[in-house]
Parts: sequence; C-alpha cells; structure tokens
Amino acid sequence: MNQFVLVDCTTVDGALSQLKDGSVVKAAGVDLLDRMKNGTTTPSRLVNIRNISALRGIHPSPEGVTIGALTTLTEISEHPLLQSHYTILTDACGTVATPHIRNMATLGGNLLQELQCWYFRSEEYECLRKGKEICFAFSGLNQYHAIMDYGTCPSVAPSTSAVALLGLNASVELTSAKRGKRMVAIKDLYVHPDANPTKFTVLEPDELLTAVMIPQPAKGTRSAYQKYGEKQSNDWAIADAGVVLEMDGNVCRKAAIVMGSASPVVRHAPEAEAMLAGKPITEEIARAAGKAAMQGAPLQTAMQGAQPLSMNAYKVQMFPIAIYRTILLAAGQMGRDPSAAS
Amino acid sequence: MSGPKLPHDSSDLPQDSGVAQTAENKLGKGTTGITRRGFLKGAGVTAAGTALLEGARAFGREAAATRGEHPEGVREFGPGPVAVTLQVNGKERVIHIEPRTTLADALRLEMAMTGTKVVCDRGACSACTLLMDDIPINSCMTLAIDAVGHQVTTIEGLTESSEGHSMQAAFLKHDAMQCGFCTPGMVMTCSALLKKNPKPTEDDVRLATAGNLCRCGTYPRIFAATLEAAGVSDSESTHNA
Repeated sequence: MNQFVLVDCTTVDGALSQLKDGSVVKAAGVDLLDRMKNGTTTPSRLVNIRNISALRGIHPSPEGVTIGALTTLTEISEHPLLQSHYTILTDACGTVATPHIRNMATLGGNLLQELQCWYFRSEEYECLRKGKEICFAFSGLNQYHAIMDYGTCPSVAPSTSAVALLGLNASVELTSAKRGKRMVAIKDLYVHPDANPTKFTVLEPDELLTAVMIPQPAKGTRSAYQKYGEKQSNDWAIADAGVVLEMDGNVCRKAAIVMGSASPVVRHAPEAEAMLAGKPITEEIARAAGKAAMQGAPLQTAMQGAQPLSMNAYKVQMFPIAIYRTILLAAGQMGRDPSAAS
Repeated sequence: MSGPKLPHDSSDLPQDSGVAQTAENKLGKGTTGITRRGFLKGAGVTAAGTALLEGARAFGREAAATRGEHPEGVREFGPGPVAVTLQVNGKERVIHIEPRTTLADALRLEMAMTGTKVVCDRGACSACTLLMDDIPINSCMTLAIDAVGHQVTTIEGLTESSEGHSMQAAFLKHDAMQCGFCTPGMVMTCSALLKKNPKPTEDDVRLATAGNLCRCGTYPRIFAATLEAAGVSDSESTHNA
C-alpha cells in the first residue's frame, strides 16, 4: 500500500471541504484498501469519513426509511423493522461477503465499490475500464461475467445492496459543498460502460453519498432476495434475484424483479414483472417469469436477451431458477433455498 | 552480494534491528524514500513526538501532530509516522505509525503481539479476526488509526477473561486445530458469538464462522468446542461430522 495523508473528518461539512486535489474518500475502507493493496488505486490523500457519526443510523418515518451512508451491513440486516418491511434489503445485506466484513462495511461503500472483475482488480491488466483500449474478459476467463446488456465490458454490477434498493425504488442523497444536496434514484446512479467506461457512478468528485432513502412500501408488499455463489458463504453472486411483490390477497398488483450479477449495471427484468402483474402467484407463473427474464429487452445496449460469453452459459440456466424460487419465497409459498447463500 | 551500494542499503543497519527491518520491509518504506536513517536524523521530531506522548495518552489521536489550517472537525495525519494511542486488551498503547499501517500490522510489528495472524491480507479468510468494541472485524482491512477511541481485544486479551479462557480450553479439549493458523481468528469469532448469543445452535456457530477459513478442515471440532464452551452440548459429544 502506498503512503498517504489521512484527513480525518468528524463532520459532513468538514469532509466536503476536503474533497479536492484528487482526494479519495474512505469510509470503512474494505473495498478501497483492497484496491490499494492490489496497487490499482494509489491515492496520496484519503478523506476519512468513518468517524462522522451523523452519517450512521436507521431512521424510519411516515414516508419510509432513511439510512445513513455509514450504517454497517450488519446493522441493516439485523434491524427488526427493516427485516419485516424491507426483507429484500436485510436478505441482501445479510449475505454480502463474510460476517466480519458486514460488521465493517457500510451501505454507502457497498453501493460505491468498484468492479470486481479480476482483470480490473489486477495491476497487470490495463483494461477498458481503466481508460485503455482492451477488455480482456471477452477472450479470457469470463465464467463470472455478464450474460446480458454488457456491450463493451461484461464486468457485473458488484453491489448486492443495489439489487435490493433498485427493487425498493430507493434513492441516494448526494451532497456537495457548492451545490447542496441532490437526490438520485438508484436506477440512475450507475453509469453503463458503453456510456462512459471510466465513470462508474454519477457521483461527482466533490460529492459525498450521505444517505439512502427508501419509500414506504405499498400495503401488502412482500419481498425477498436470494443469492447463489459457488460457495454458500463468503462468495460473490453468480446469479441472484431480488423480488418485491405488491400483493392483494394472492393476486400480485405489481412486481419488481431485479438481477445484479447478470449485467454491468443492476437491472430490472420488465418481461418477468409484466407476467406477474394482475395475476395470482403460482409455481407455474413464477417459473414462466424466470424464463421471461432471460428474453430481456435491452435496457442499456442493443443486446437482445441473454447472450452468454465463452465460459458462462450456466448462468443463463441459473437466473430463471433464482428468480422463480425467490418469487415464491417472497410470496410465502416456498422456504428459503438451502442452496442459496446464507 | 556485490554491486553498487545503495544509499539506504539495509546492510547499513545495526544487526540487532531485525524486527524493525521487517516492519520497514512490510510497509514498503524502501520504495517511498523514508528510511530508518532519515527517521533517526529527524531526532528533533522524535523528541517533539515524545513530548507529546502525555497529551497523546489523554486525547488519543487528537494529540498527534497535525498541520495546516483546517476547519473544525478536520485533522490531517501523515504520510510519515504519527503518535497514536490505542486501547488494546484494556491497556493503553502509544505507537508511532504511518496512517497506512493496518491494525494487524500495528499489533504484530509495532507491539510484538503476534497472536493475531495474517493469512490472506484481504479480508477473505478472517485469520486476523479481533474484536473492536466486542464486534469481530478483520484487522488486516482496518487501519490502525481507525481503532483510536475503540476497545481492541486480541487473542492475547482473552486469557484474562473467563469466557475467552473457557473457549480456548474447549478448543484444546476437542483438539479443534491442526496447523493452528486459523485458530486465533476462530477463537475470537466464537467468543464474540457467545457474547452476543450465549446459547447458540450449531447453525448459529456455522453462520458466525462463515468467513473464517480453515484449510485443515477442523470445522466439526470447532463447532463442538464452541457449543461446549456455551454449555449447550454434552461434553462427551463426538466430532464425527
């Protein structure tokens, strides 16, 4: 790890005043220290926001819930109100990495972590997302890469909490000293590599992600998230599904179905959502929705449906199962899958 | 070895500086231009640092050398060594470290507390597990300076608490280790579990240790030892899982 000046801040205003001269923000530092140890990020100045107590905490209100950016994933996954009203979020945050990393890692850091593609993470590869010409994954090792909507870079969306927050129609609060606060929907937070390969989110260098706002779910809402990895714990998702169902009895008024590790930017499966809307949830329709998700119309690129790479066709088989089982879990018709991450 | 002698060749160092040399190598000082000799030449800085120690003890990081004009609530440290006060196993320890020093390195290299192990150095194996305010974390992915103001408990500190001691005794009784490299992290994780959940099920133990890797495969014995330390299994239980 390179040497750096650490600028420790205990207030948001103090931290905002220090976002200059190529400074890099550090919260818990789980993702950042990993990149610094790899030598792919070498900041000379870190702005440490870890000790800003105002950015911690879970605050329910009549409009929904606001979660401070420095709230840890463990604090979220163990919160009783979130567990009952925002199950998709506590499921997602509770399956990230390891228990100890969840004790350290913050919600803001999880949302803003950089890509986990091994070429991007390696100092040895100067890839497209580092501003160079080539993506090494297309002709290289791509078993964990994207199957949908990837265009020029098939690295998958790394944030698990973003899958849940997209399903919940959440927004992030971005704060800058000059322009004040702005709200950005999770669906608009991430930048697709085809739009700009080296800009991962719309966050500007002088902005901090200070909070996440989740609207109050409609009456009768049930939700769930399940993640499948090569290992049951301590692994990245190779397939995952977030499901939010607005139920009226057994009839689904409206559904949100979200996939994280299918594409470079976390995405809805509108075809699957349309299949559930206005219908009773049954095993048959849940299976059909899972299949429909793989026919997905392009959201960010011209790619129609799932188009696996040389080593990841298995993911096209896994996503429909993940979606089908998670729809039934959310609807209360099936237990948690023992083979999913716990 | 022959060849041109570099200005800061390690052969210039006193022979008895083995530990410090290791620390320097680990921190990669050779590539950053900060050398032991340069550091010693700055004896005035060192003396000033010593004068600050009393203050450092009282105020932790606030007393460390800062520089420049900053708004309230903003303090700047490094890139060179700064005085940091840590609370480790109930005792106050003042060390001089660069801000980039991880908590695991600070313990092992600056305080000679080598009970905490570093294996992957990326938060993927949890061998470096210790408790910060009773919460298990990866000390390899935590900067030492971020531990200021928190109670750090390492494997060395458990011997003084009966709870940790009974966990260690149960590990011994169940022979819950082979090479032993994951053991301090396992013991810390399982001790933290019992503080949070005094009567866990085996599934609870499995979930709590989900990030602790043991390549020898001693998990069944670790689960049995933890359940016995919690008093929820009969002590004659087998570990033929």
